[in-house]
Amino acid sequence: MSKIWLIMLLSAISTALVRDPSIAVSAMLTGAKDSVELAMELVAVYGVWLGFFALLDKTGFANVIAKLLRPLIKFLFKGSSEEAQKYISMNMSANLIGLGNAATPMGINAVKLLGDEKESANTNVIMLVVISATSLQLLPTTVISMRAAHGSANAADFLLPCIIATIISTVIGIALVKFLSKLFPDDRRK
Amino acid sequence: MTAYVVPVLFLIVLITSLIKKKDAYSYFIDGSRSAVDLMIGVFPYLMTIMMCVEIFRQTGVSAAVSRFVSPVFEVMGLPGQLTELILLRPLSGAGSLAILDNIYATYGTDTFVGRCASIIYGSSETVFYVSAIYLSQSKTKKLRYALPVALVSTLLGCIIGCALLRVL
Repeated sequence: MSKIWLIMLLSAISTALVRDPSIAVSAMLTGAKDSVELAMELVAVYGVWLGFFALLDKTGFANVIAKLLRPLIKFLFKGSSEEAQKYISMNMSANLIGLGNAATPMGINAVKLLGDEKESANTNVIMLVVISATSLQLLPTTVISMRAAHGSANAADFLLPCIIATIISTVIGIALVKFLSKLFPDDRRK
Repeated sequence: MTAYVVPVLFLIVLITSLIKKKDAYSYFIDGSRSAVDLMIGVFPYLMTIMMCVEIFRQTGVSAAVSRFVSPVFEVMGLPGQLTELILLRPLSGAGSLAILDNIYATYGTDTFVGRCASIIYGSSETVFYVSAIYLSQSKTKKLRYALPVALVSTLLGCIIGCALLRVL
């Protein structure tokens, strides 16, 4: 990420200097301002979902959901703690029903529990990041409503290939992580 | 359907806490308290990425790079007009949604290009953003092969999705 960021910024700023230097600072500030707006929105979203998760947890529902998903999670995340499994199962179920913003705080907590003190990620952390980053959302509601807004004759027309693409990308991701984790095992040194 | 899932679950959980005589109010407060701490950890990543994507788009570098690499995606069966969407999708949800909107306005939603764009956006995630944010609160900083794996899998999913679109 840091290299890509550097290349993008270097090329953008040098282009701005040649074309129109005034655009550089204003564009960066626009992006920063948007991020503040998004952050404020996300604090509200996270607040609601983390509050809801605490309720799920304390009333025992989180354990039920975790138990349902346990066989799958045990296969994907070898040797993860029960606490981590609870967050992973909440993260995955939120992602599946299209609540990406609710999934994020669960994912952050799960990574905290899955990770060890080392700087480089273990297989479990990599697995969770890959599963989340290849998208689990089966019903892309944003796209459907945007197509409808643009007057699509059949706003859901792309769904079948889209769902197949979503599943295939996640399955390929999981298989690649399983394969690469054999090739490059975790560093077990303390 | 999905509109019912969360409200119904919320209701069931509240009723359960009532039956079990548990203080739902204070649990909820404890949960939402961590939202602000979480955002303090996440915000620097959010800002740094969004600032970079914005200047990358506004200076036109993003469009120029897209023109340059579009033949590569054409070979894979992905329409060249969608190159900028494919490139920015892993970086920024808001930025790529603006591009998707533009594609619908230019090419229409029901054309091959429009439907292909729907698949690309709908079947993928903001890979870089997700991985940066998931690690934001943890000691783990190096992701090893996670990013290449996520990007390759996403691209393969898009290629297969668009290929299916030609067949179905």
